[in-house]
Amino acid sequence: MSAMIEVRGLSVVFDGFRAIDGIDLTVEQGELRFLIGPNGAGKTTLIDVITGLTRPTTGEVVFDGRSLVGLREHQIVRLGVGRTFQTSVVFEELTVLENLDLAASFRQPLWSLARRRRGVSDAVAGALEITELGPLADRPAGVLSHGQRQWLEIGMLLTQGPKLLLLDEPVAGMSKDERERTGELMTSVARDHTVIVIEHDMEFLRRYASQVTVLHEGRVLIEGSVDQIRDDPRVQEVYLGRKPSDAVGKQS
Amino acid sequence: MEAFLNQLPIGLSIGAVLLLIALGLTFTFGQMGVINMAHGEFIMAGAYTAYLLQDLTGRMAVIVALPVAFLVAGLMGLILERTAIRHFYGRPLDTLLLTWGVSLVLQQLARDLFGAPNVQVQAPTWLQGGIGPLPYNRLFIFALALATVVGIWAYMNRTGQGRRMQAVMQNRQLAAVSGINTGQVDQRTFFIGSGLAGVAGVALTLIGPVGPALGTYYIVDAFLVVVAGGLGQLRGAVIAAAGLGLLNSYAEFWSDASLAKVIVFAAIVAFLQFRPQGLFVLRSRALT
Amino acid sequence: MNLARLKGPGVFAAVAVLALVVAPLLLEPFRLGLLAKYLCFAIVALGIGLAWGQGGMLALGQGVFFGLGGYAMAMHLKLVDAQGDLPDFMVWSGVEQLPALWKPFANPVFALAMVVIGPMLIATVLGLLVFRQRVRGAYFAILTQALAAAFVILLVGQQGLTGGTNGLTNFFDLFGQDLAADSTQRGLYFAVAIATGLLYLGARQLVNSRFGRLLVAVRDGEDRVRFLGYDPARVKTVTFAISAGMAGLAGALFVPVVGIISPALLGVVPSLELVVAVAVGGRFALAGAILGAVVMGYAKTSFSEQFADGWLYLQGALFILVMTLAPKGILGLAASARDALARRRTARSGDPEPPPADAPGRRVMEEVA
Repeated sequence: MSAMIEVRGLSVVFDGFRAIDGIDLTVEQGELRFLIGPNGAGKTTLIDVITGLTRPTTGEVVFDGRSLVGLREHQIVRLGVGRTFQTSVVFEELTVLENLDLAASFRQPLWSLARRRRGVSDAVAGALEITELGPLADRPAGVLSHGQRQWLEIGMLLTQGPKLLLLDEPVAGMSKDERERTGELMTSVARDHTVIVIEHDMEFLRRYASQVTVLHEGRVLIEGSVDQIRDDPRVQEVYLGRKPSDAVGKQS
Repeated sequence: MEAFLNQLPIGLSIGAVLLLIALGLTFTFGQMGVINMAHGEFIMAGAYTAYLLQDLTGRMAVIVALPVAFLVAGLMGLILERTAIRHFYGRPLDTLLLTWGVSLVLQQLARDLFGAPNVQVQAPTWLQGGIGPLPYNRLFIFALALATVVGIWAYMNRTGQGRRMQAVMQNRQLAAVSGINTGQVDQRTFFIGSGLAGVAGVALTLIGPVGPALGTYYIVDAFLVVVAGGLGQLRGAVIAAAGLGLLNSYAEFWSDASLAKVIVFAAIVAFLQFRPQGLFVLRSRALT
Repeated sequence: MNLARLKGPGVFAAVAVLALVVAPLLLEPFRLGLLAKYLCFAIVALGIGLAWGQGGMLALGQGVFFGLGGYAMAMHLKLVDAQGDLPDFMVWSGVEQLPALWKPFANPVFALAMVVIGPMLIATVLGLLVFRQRVRGAYFAILTQALAAAFVILLVGQQGLTGGTNGLTNFFDLFGQDLAADSTQRGLYFAVAIATGLLYLGARQLVNSRFGRLLVAVRDGEDRVRFLGYDPARVKTVTFAISAGMAGLAGALFVPVVGIISPALLGVVPSLELVVAVAVGGRFALAGAILGAVVMGYAKTSFSEQFADGWLYLQGALFILVMTLAPKGILGLAASARDALARRRTARSGDPEPPPADAPGRRVMEEVA
């Protein structure tokens, strides 16, 4: 196995606030890695740095042997890194099918997009199947439920054939059934992709996670299996004995 | 060299006028996300206020008009905000077009009330002449802008009202749940911003004639000040206004009047390559 | 279902018959010329509809591109009329030698190419510079307006090169045809009408293509599109350039139809007027842009003929009303009326209420930044 993504000595400072304070993280090819940690631990910022949304103050991000620092967002996507957002953003005026088709066409030259879509490509059909959104294919994405939107987003990622998927709190705000569906979807995606998942939900973690990295105040607190994490006194302290100030602002 | 020095007060006084105009724009844009094209007509209203006061006060009209024009233009702004703009918060493009309609109507109204030809406001005798290359009228405008900036700065940082205004500008929702009456703050901002445009109009009577289209000559440049200075930024507006005023007058001096605006435009686009959000930015972690 | 699919082409065919058969038969030459003028504006409006309605880019300086196309055409016509001498206005402004900028425009192919290439080139450069830096929304609108203001001042100032405030006028010969002849003007009307129709079809094709979907996606979530691996700056630049090219073509058609191009026709106010027309017609549909331009052009002519000053009040008031009460314009109102009627009809026939239309409500995100 070789490293899919390697983060070394990463730090991010916003106006004097150290959101990330020296993180090292390596995720191997084919791995399903969970990132957890209290609010403000730097989880989303880490993903933002990997995907080019935020520039690191210091440090290096190497994906599949290439440095990502300084690349524009769309260039990073083209290298094979896909992500979802906490609040899912799908294009509400486009149909489910059009959303998927748009995602799938991203490698085509711009001029070739000036033709009308004819039929459904294999990638799109596959995504419709795995997300079970087939019956809704011709409905505008604006009518989807919260859970369906997240699945559509994951489906859009899948049509792009990424090497690495970053999912930011995929089950936040979902019902129990939706969580279960998402868990299954994630497990099946993880079979042939490298996936990093940010998740708060402990129950979800216990059911679907194997390798977990705990972040706290911009650093890696501990890395290990779910059991190791659960039994670690430091993790218990961060989660149970945390200062009320950590709970004030929801990080985004 | 002398010609070079002569341009300096011209550039700075244009910058001072632009600043007075742009202050209102940058705060209403930054705070409410609205673009008020009728702002230019508040300038015009201020100028005509001075013109009308001439009959009563003679050559002192310009001085008397300063507070009166502030009130007149401020009230116009308040009425516009209450009747139309407040339904369009956060929709800058829609307000831009809406207020352009208002601006058309106001210009035509001025044409019907005061006639299409330009009118002149007599400056006080003691503002004629100057020290060396510095004409008194330009110095006066410069002092006026300086006093306004100090006043606005003190208002924003030293009064409760001003702090509430900053709070709303930085995070409207948080301000609202903290118990700030955001509607009231918006009205106040609009009143003050529009009033300052009126003051700018009075200042303009010192350096040129007054006509129904007066505002249209300055509104575009004032918006460029907002773009270059950064939204809702006092410091940014001051620097950008001075820079744009000087750039305007020196570009005219070095090339000719017709090329100057093109040079200024190119300079702004070039500037945006380095500071796409203007000189100063209100930082936030939120994704747009 | 099949009938509904035919409705669009049906309407298009009806309008085409109206424009190409009925109007030339019924209208006297003067009115037909006016209609040709409105259609020139409609072509600009079509470009605005594409950039603003579909792409969310409020371009307030389309007059610049209209002017570039118009002046390119007018320069050529002036040179043909001058027959190797200096154009008349240059003689009056004391210019003694043909400026280098003018020389290539004697060639009709070069002039016609510049009609489209000039505007598209400038739009591309400006687009790349600002969109790459994520200057958008209101900032973009203000910049385009500033460009229009600067362009007009430049044209007015360069008297010897551009004819100054008067612009370029007094054309006699269009590719060997007498411009004053009714037959030439008729032919021009057909050319403009057909060009409008073709450009509409082309724009529609683009909107319905994947590119069109991408454009809507960029409008509603530019940042999200980046994470799908597209560069929104390129999508926006291409669209902006297309709309500029349309405006340039419209300007070139306008010159022989109306017989003049001058700064007053393409400054801040005329540019805004066309945006207003698009909003009045309905900015979210391309047909709305054309409808709005023709309706507003007609309204302006007829009101200005009767009460010159009233027009400004009316235009201002109309615009305030449209923005506040009917942000989707005439087409939006028509659609709501049709829906209301359909609901009443089904209610009367005793059928259950039809499910509400799928449209999730247009949410045009207009970022402040």
